[in-house]
Amino acid sequence: MTVMVQEVKPAIINNSLLQRSRSLQGISFIGLSLPAAMLVAAVLIIPFSWLAWLSLFDATGNLSTENYVRLLRPAYVESFLTTFKVAGLVTAICVLLGYPVAYLLSQLPQRAAQILMVFVILPFWTSVLVRTYAWLVLLQRQGIINQWLLSSGLISEPLPLVHNMTGTVIGMVHVMLPFLILPLYASMKAIDPVLLRAAANCGASPAQAFRQVFLPLSLSGLSAGIALTFVLCLGFYLTPALLGGGRVAMWSTQIADMVAKFANWGAASALSVVLLIVTGAILGGVNRFMRVSNAWGGKP
Amino acid sequence: MLHRPATSTQITHLQRLWLYGLVGLVIAFLIIPCLIVVPMSFSDSQYLEFPPRVWSLRWYEAYFFSSEWRQSTWVSLKVGAATTILATILGTLASYGLHKSGNLLKPIISSALMLPMMVPLIFVAIGVFFVYARLGLNNTITGLVLAHTTLAIPFVMIAVGNGLSGFDMNLERAARGLGASPVRAFLTVTLPQIHISVLSGMLFAFVTSFDEVVVSIFVSSGANSTLTKRMFANIRDQVDPTVAAISSILVVLSIVVLVAGQFIQRRSRASPSPD
Repeated sequence: MTVMVQEVKPAIINNSLLQRSRSLQGISFIGLSLPAAMLVAAVLIIPFSWLAWLSLFDATGNLSTENYVRLLRPAYVESFLTTFKVAGLVTAICVLLGYPVAYLLSQLPQRAAQILMVFVILPFWTSVLVRTYAWLVLLQRQGIINQWLLSSGLISEPLPLVHNMTGTVIGMVHVMLPFLILPLYASMKAIDPVLLRAAANCGASPAQAFRQVFLPLSLSGLSAGIALTFVLCLGFYLTPALLGGGRVAMWSTQIADMVAKFANWGAASALSVVLLIVTGAILGGVNRFMRVSNAWGGKP
Repeated sequence: MLHRPATSTQITHLQRLWLYGLVGLVIAFLIIPCLIVVPMSFSDSQYLEFPPRVWSLRWYEAYFFSSEWRQSTWVSLKVGAATTILATILGTLASYGLHKSGNLLKPIISSALMLPMMVPLIFVAIGVFFVYARLGLNNTITGLVLAHTTLAIPFVMIAVGNGLSGFDMNLERAARGLGASPVRAFLTVTLPQIHISVLSGMLFAFVTSFDEVVVSIFVSSGANSTLTKRMFANIRDQVDPTVAAISSILVVLSIVVLVAGQFIQRRSRASPSPD
């Protein structure tokens, strides 16, 4: 008996000691993340909270809803509608173009898939500014596409392809497509090919097997990709600013104009707060079903 | 060949032909705009032709002999280098600290540190512009480096986090058990094991800073304009073919970076460490 007690007792002491030192360690290790956290707070969280706070006051410094009421004016309402229209259109085109690519990627043998993947990743790595410039050069009045269409006799006048909605949507689809393909591919890769073979064994035609087995299983990855693409479109600035030519008033370009041209911080902040809430609500809604953050693999 | 089955469910390559065609078109759509600026930048004409009728290095000369372009390239390189150093140190420390601690604050801090990647850049830009105006940091290198470091931290943390999750922490514990101080154990045992992840984090940090446009548009101007800010202003106001030359240089650079990244990954896969 005594022998047993002597064996157990030191073990208990050690445990509590270890636990205490572990929680102490936990505190000191979390301290290592503080410099980064402080920088993010100083550059991102505090400035934005400050602006959000300011949006609650009118020009004379009184608490008011003026900045938010103003957002109901037709010009702002129209920019909301344009933003959602562009985001919806771009996302829909990305789904139509991206689903087949992700599907083929998931079905190809490893080596071929790796080669195909390089072609999806290369635009991802190329600066958005460079790609937007390339579209501008391709789509402008004297650009290659108009020249080819003219010389082939398909059109007699150059088409207005840029500095409007068409150019903005084309440019944004090009930027967003990899954001849809990559999470979708990851989720398709996780579908067990045995299930498709089982469906075939049960007498399903390839089309049936795809429709009844593969498609439903790929829907969770597809909705993560759709949410990500849509939300990125909502706040996207560069391409609408350059390819829209001032004619496509989106949320982001409105915010930038209000700050840069009119120095109207109240209105810009109110607009940003609404955009942030909409973005957060969409991401939060989708996150209930799946972790969108898991879909983030690489560079944005 | 075409009649051979492409998958285990006996679909032949012939039946798949439409899919190959469709994917080929999408890939062409993705790739052509990235590459076409390169031949076009050697065109002699103001309206960049493809294929160029007269080849010339005119736009490259315009770039290399312009003191403004050279100056903004230099600013971008300086800011990129400083951001790489700062973001790699802060991001690695944060990633390591969060990996080791089981504190209650951990989920809050780690999601706060991911924010710069999730939030639209236009928010970051106006917030930074607003606060920098009060601190006198607008149009300074310091301001640019701080903003870019914030944007780069999440990428460093993801890269280093990947490395740490494959690293056996018992090795570090063993070093501590043998009497190494926490700092020494980290520097001599953990860091060498995750160095490839740290390197790829550095690469991400540099690219994030060097390619960043939206924040730079707001907080840099004049002598401290970054290359991207000057390119943006140039593209918006006139389609200046000099930008085609710079774009081509950037495209070639990004291909080099991509190949380097693949090389690093392949080396890390080949190395015996689980990193």
